Amino acid sequence: MDQDVILQVDDLRVHFFTQEGLVRAVDGVSFTAKRGQVLGIVGESGCGKSVTAQAILRIVPPPGEIVGGKIIYYRQSSNNGAGNVTQTVDLTALPARGREMREIRGGEISMVFQEPMTSLDPVYTIGDQIMEAITLHQKVNKSEARERAIEMLRLVGMPRPEETIDNYPHQLSGGMRQRVMIAIALSCSPSLLIADEPTTALDVTTEAQILELMRGLQQELGTTILLITHNLGVIAEMCDDVIVMYLGKVVEHTDVDTLFFNPKHPYTQALLQSIPRIESTKKERLKPIRGIVPDPYAIPSGCPFWPRCDHYIPGLCDREEPDYITVEPDHEVRCHLYDPERKTNAQVNESR
Amino acid sequence: MVAYLIRRFLYMITTLIFVSIIGFVIINLPPGSYLDVYRAQRQMQGTSTAKEEIEALKRRYALDQPVYVQYLKWISGFVRGDFGRSFQYNREVSDLIWERLGYTAIISFSTLLFTWIVAIPIGIYSATHQYKLGDHIFTFIGLAGLSIPNFMLALVLMVVAQRAFGQSVGGLFSREFKDAPWTLAKFIDFLKHLWVPIVVVGTSGTAGLIRMMRGNLLDILNMQYIQAARARGLPESKVIVKHAVRNAIHPLIMLLGMSLPGIISGSTVVAIVLSLPTTGPLYFNALRQQDMFLAGTFLLFLSVMLIIGNFLADLLLAWIDPRIRLE
Repeated sequence: MDQDVILQVDDLRVHFFTQEGLVRAVDGVSFTAKRGQVLGIVGESGCGKSVTAQAILRIVPPPGEIVGGKIIYYRQSSNNGAGNVTQTVDLTALPARGREMREIRGGEISMVFQEPMTSLDPVYTIGDQIMEAITLHQKVNKSEARERAIEMLRLVGMPRPEETIDNYPHQLSGGMRQRVMIAIALSCSPSLLIADEPTTALDVTTEAQILELMRGLQQELGTTILLITHNLGVIAEMCDDVIVMYLGKVVEHTDVDTLFFNPKHPYTQALLQSIPRIESTKKERLKPIRGIVPDPYAIPSGCPFWPRCDHYIPGLCDREEPDYITVEPDHEVRCHLYDPERKTNAQVNESR
Repeated sequence: MVAYLIRRFLYMITTLIFVSIIGFVIINLPPGSYLDVYRAQRQMQGTSTAKEEIEALKRRYALDQPVYVQYLKWISGFVRGDFGRSFQYNREVSDLIWERLGYTAIISFSTLLFTWIVAIPIGIYSATHQYKLGDHIFTFIGLAGLSIPNFMLALVLMVVAQRAFGQSVGGLFSREFKDAPWTLAKFIDFLKHLWVPIVVVGTSGTAGLIRMMRGNLLDILNMQYIQAARARGLPESKVIVKHAVRNAIHPLIMLLGMSLPGIISGSTVVAIVLSLPTTGPLYFNALRQQDMFLAGTFLLFLSVMLIIGNFLADLLLAWIDPRIRLE
């Protein structure tokens, strides 16, 4: 495998066995994340973005279970100064609560959560919680851990870190708490950081600060980031590569420029048409995607997007699930329209 | 923090004063003065009351003076440990209560301890193994324990112990030890009797507590900070003990404060069924016989325990929850 891949997800399936029925939250997701880059995962609520993240960390809550697929993590460790050695680990094969998984979780792959208001335990100081992560994964004593925690707080732009470290979460604002979460996540110098809608719960000015902080730290530390969001603006600002998810499936995977200037999948095209443009001068209505996201208990057969798709081909889209089709190098799309055996490309491009 | 404590303490004192006034009013509610009742009681027993005795009582309770003087007299006596006289037993109320309070406290404390030691781990187990077999079994036992009335369980246990083990289970001692001085044998006999009320009273308390602990913990386990703790790589046992249980125990501490009066009132019905020498049956009889100083004393005692319990619970909460401590 190439040296620059850090994570390869292959046909991942996570199902929730609820009393109301089976929910295929993630149903055949494949993608690769390149080392040192920011990979965005974009999609509507409930499309399986967060569950994919939980699956990578092996913290899918019950009744959810990984029922298929592989998550290959290219683990790098220095070999006594003789350069780096990369070793592949299939995360789905490790016991979720076992020692090796716990070493990776938080130590090499860490996560920032959506709700900074509730992602810190209210009864411990933020220092306690940062030091908890540090002492778990590094051989340091208490005062060294505290030093490191203060250093991390300073790194994420916390004012007066020597004092703030002894604050309780309720004494901090949402933006400050998210900085603490980022400090915890980065405290063990992880090689992969998963950020699950890190700015969704924050107001716009705070959002800009947090994104700027993450981008700065990413460039400084070279951490790979998996950025989950439903906000295309965040994607445009932050990401190198993007995957678009719809109902538990990846529908398109490409680099960020291609996503915005040459999207192929009808869902991606529709998503882009539904965002307001500041430069458009003429009065123009936003074009929402028609229909609603189907009930998770009754996902349509074939391509899951066909009931809402403008280019629906009866008898094909609702029967057969499309494969990944490589339309250009590094640009994959799951849509029958781009099947080389069908010559309907022109039709799609016209309608854009 | 200090301001919080002082404020709480002042609230407590104010409440106590009001409660004592209400308690005094209740004591004086039955028709006729204390003297009339006393005289009538005496007559029914066939003895007449000497004039000097009446005068002495009048002076003791300031009965010829306004009500607020009577109240002040009573409450200042109360503070000094003079609770008045029970005419049903014709003894000082303080003697009656002190001789039973020890056993009551032992039984109640052991029951409380039993309840918590059994219920908290089971609640944690049930929540962390939700809908698994163990959870279902404990839920079933818990619901059964909640729905069986205590006196019923007491009767059943008495029959079983008597028939199957030939053990006498009424009271706290076997007949031969009842008036004997404390020896190791008497202590062992005491322990043999103690488990019955503990189990009887404990089952329903345990059942309720299990359900509460389970429910609270399930709520907490869904919180994001639990996931965040897991995502840090913390072992599951530490996630549960350090982060989840500490937050879930919160509402139970309030409950602990409210169960303090129960230490005196005991479980009256069970105590009557098992003929335990505790304060519960005494209180019950005092109410039935309109033994006003005895009943009033109990009333005030129960309120004091409740208020102190709440105060202690507030202290505990402030100790475990920085959001309360620092506001």
